[in-house]
Formats: sequence, C-alpha cells, structure tokens
Amino acid sequence: MINDLYQETILDHNKRPRNFQLLEDANRKAEGYNPLCGDRCKVFLKEHDGVIDKLTFQGAGCAISTASASLMTEVLKGKTVGEAETLLAKFHDLLTTDQPLPKDLGKLVVFSGVREFPARVKCATLAWHTLRAALRGAGEVVSTE
Amino acid sequence: MPSATSLDVTALRKDFPILAQQVHGKPLIYLDNAATSQKPKCVIDALTHFYLMDNANIHRGVHQLSERSTQAYEAARGKVQRFLNAANTREIIFVRGATEGINLVAQTCGRKYVGAGDEIVISAMEHHSNIVPWQMLCEEKGAVLRVIPINDRGEVEFDQFEKLLNHRTRLVAVSHVSNALGTINPVREIVKTAHGWNVPVLIDGAQAVPHMKVDVRSLDCDFYVFSGHKVFGPTGIGVLYGREQLLEDMPPWQGGGDMIRSVTFEKTTYNDLPYKFEAGTPDIAGVIGLGAVIDYLDQIGMDAVAAHEHDLLEYGTRALESISGLRLIGTAREKAGVLSFVIDGVHPHDAGTILDREGVAVRAGHHCAQPVMDHFGISGTTRASLAFYNTMEDIDALVAGIQKVKEVFAV
Repeated sequence: MINDLYQETILDHNKRPRNFQLLEDANRKAEGYNPLCGDRCKVFLKEHDGVIDKLTFQGAGCAISTASASLMTEVLKGKTVGEAETLLAKFHDLLTTDQPLPKDLGKLVVFSGVREFPARVKCATLAWHTLRAALRGAGEVVSTE
Repeated sequence: MPSATSLDVTALRKDFPILAQQVHGKPLIYLDNAATSQKPKCVIDALTHFYLMDNANIHRGVHQLSERSTQAYEAARGKVQRFLNAANTREIIFVRGATEGINLVAQTCGRKYVGAGDEIVISAMEHHSNIVPWQMLCEEKGAVLRVIPINDRGEVEFDQFEKLLNHRTRLVAVSHVSNALGTINPVREIVKTAHGWNVPVLIDGAQAVPHMKVDVRSLDCDFYVFSGHKVFGPTGIGVLYGREQLLEDMPPWQGGGDMIRSVTFEKTTYNDLPYKFEAGTPDIAGVIGLGAVIDYLDQIGMDAVAAHEHDLLEYGTRALESISGLRLIGTAREKAGVLSFVIDGVHPHDAGTILDREGVAVRAGHHCAQPVMDHFGISGTTRASLAFYNTMEDIDALVAGIQKVKEVFAV
C-alpha cells in the first residue's frame, strides 16, 4: 500500500525537515550523492568525546530521503558514535530484510514500508551513509553506488 | 476523429502481449517508451525462429544454416537502408546501439580529423551519450566542446548556433528529438548551416526513429544513429548510418574477424564497407529482430504513427496543463513523444513510485541529461513517454495517477 510508504510522519518531515541548516561549529561533515536520481545530502555534526552534540543536514531529495535525514538528526542527537553505528546497522536491516522489525528503532519504524519498495532503499539510506562517512572522517563525496 | 491515417490501436495492442497485464493489481499503463519500448510478437517470433531453425555464424557460408543466417542478416541491412532511405547498404553499420554508434564516430572520424584547438559543437539538450564521447575526444586531443544554448521552452537558439560555427569547427552532433524534453530539433537547417562551413553533422536519432519517418538523404546528414530497442526491436542492436565517402575515409574502429580482407603478421588489409566497422561476430539475432520490426512498422506506416502520437501529445499536454501545481518541462513548438513535468512540493521519484502503484510506468530522474535539468534549475522530472500503442485512456490514467500523487502529498 502506498500509504505504508508515505506515512504521516514521513510526509511531515518532508514538508518541514528538522535541523535543516548549516552547522557553523561542525567539526565533522560529509556530502552524499545518489547518482541515479541526483539527490544530494550534506551532513554536519559536532562531536565531543565520542558524543554527537549537534547534527544537521542540507540538501535536495525525495520525501523518503528528506524525511530519513530529518528523523536521523532527531534520533541521533546526544547519542554516542558507537550507538549511532549500531542504529545505522539496525536501520539498514529494517529496510532490506524480511526479518521481524528490529527493536529500539523508535520513530524510525515509520520507514518499515520501504522494504516493499526496493528501488527506494537507497533514498532512505543516503543520509545515513553520509553520516557514517562524516564519523569516519572520509573527506570526499560518498555515493550510494 | 478517424482519418485516412488513423491507427486501429486496439488491434495493434494485441501485437504486444506484454501490455495485457496487471501490475500491483491495476492494468499496466506503459508510458516509459523513451527508456525502452515494448516488442511486438513478430519480433519475438523472429528471434525464436532464428534460434530454433537458422542459427549459424554469418559470412562463412559453406553450409545451409550459415547461408540462411547470412541471408537474413544482410536482408535486414537492406530493410534498414530502405527505412532510413540511405543510398546503399554499405552505409548501414550495425552497432550495439546509438551510444556505440556515436563512440564509433568519435573514435574514428573524430580522432582522425580533430586536433588541438579544434571545436566540436553539441547542444545543451543532449543525452549523456552525445556529450561524454565528445568530451573524451576533446580531452585526448586538446579540442574544445562548444554548446548551443537552449531557451526556456527547450528549443535550441539557432542564432547562437550560427555564431558558434567557425573555421575550427570539425563536427556538429545534435539529437533529432530530445529524450528529456521531447523537442524536435530543426536538424535539416542545422545540417545546412553546418555544411556551409564544410562541417559534417551527426544526428542522434534514438528518440526520433520510433515516432516519425526519417529520411537521411532528405536531412542531408553525414551520420545518423539509433537504437533498436527504442523502436520496438531487441536490445543490444543499433544502427550507424554514415555517408559512404566519409566511412571510406575513416580508419577502422575495432579490429578482429570479419573486418579484414587478409591478415599476415606484417600487414592487414581491411574489408570493404560496411564490414570494415563490424569486427567479430555481431548480434545476428538482434539484427534479424530489427529487420522484423521494420517490416512491421512499414505495414503500419510511420506517418500514421506520427499522426496518432501528435494527437496523443496534444491531448496529454492539455490534460497536464490543466492540473494545478504541475509544470511541463519542455514546451517546444515542435515536439514528439515526451511529457516531462514537475509537481510543486513533490519530488519526481515520489511521483514515480505512486504512479507505479497505480499501474502507470513512467521514469523519474534526470533522464541521463543532467545539463538539461541544470538549465531548468531542477534535479529531475517525472517523464511520461509515448509510443503508437498508447491511447487517450492511457493519458487519462496518467492524469488520475497524478491526482493520486497530489492526494498523498496533500498538494
């Protein structure tokens, strides 16, 4: 069902993305690119002693990628880098496996509909791949391909 | 209103078994023809018959099957020659598709005649396949790529084109019809103007051949390329038409079997046209399938195809223009086959996904024409692209699907 994909929360975050701004005092950042659709995403974060103090994003993309980036910035604020990596792995499982929904995903569970739309998985993961590149300090543009 | 040229689309659709299916529980509305077209049963039958009965390598004919496959392969070349109204079959080179045809010209004609400081002219609405091969050549030779600008309707600015031509221009390469916008370019005038400077012209006809009658002698172009799969034929086969004298003067491209007359370790003599450019065993079945589709299109008549699609495009343009918040991208006065659009507040990919769930197959994205998207200041469009088997009802289904998109996104 199309409404399983475009749940209210996703449409809301698409229309009014949270933390959608440049972060002046960022100490880590990365840019992500999906060459198939041209979507771009920049992630900025301020990390201190292994904790993500601030997290913002900018870019242009579809509703799935925008909402995913927006929710990511909400969910990961205040988390440790290790917790962020764990959540990324769980989020990826949520999108790509037939397994029962992973626990502890909180609001991210609204993306469970994406698994029925394989062509859209990369939209949902673009911001997360970009975040990982920022955390790992890769300086170049990361691509979904 | 039926006319002398009107098509019996209901009957013709029966030739395309793939169209009679449901996707996501809805009837399939196939509007992604610019990406690839569907195949009539006669093409599928020709491929099957070839592999069931005639399969053998060509041009080595000591046995019956090889004679048959050679005969069918060369007969298809003759069909393509007549289809394009080329002067003779030596001017018809089989390649993998339009992309390979352009690369062939860039790597042979281009490498021979383009030097440092020389210029190649393309348009701002080209598909990546008619940009990148020329960029590669320019990089290798220290040549310069010049780009004819387009206006906000998506038409080339002809006066700018005239100004770009000069004594350093070595080649002009433009699309006949834009895949992203549907613009029909004034290729005859482009050729005439370029010839005034003795500059040869390559036309990328990938998006023109499925929609209209193409006559390379009337266009007076020097090269013309198209892809079989976009004109209801098999994938993996395409055509390069080249003016005989130019092809004669060009060095061969790939080396191998069939493109030689004699080989010793000291010297190789190349084969005559068109074989000089067909190294190795070609896609024999693909060529025969392409021949079958040309027979099929000859029966229908390309003028009737063009007339029907013109009606569809007009109907679709009016229907889409009446949807609030929708903007057509590409509103050239001369158009074929394409309805590209954006919807306020909805990304093209989201529109594409929702349309798919309504059974409507379209393409979303930059359509391998990123410079076109940059011109219009957008990341991509949703594109419905037509074929002669589409109907007014297909357009109605598209419009209903767009209403569903707007409903989901509350715009």
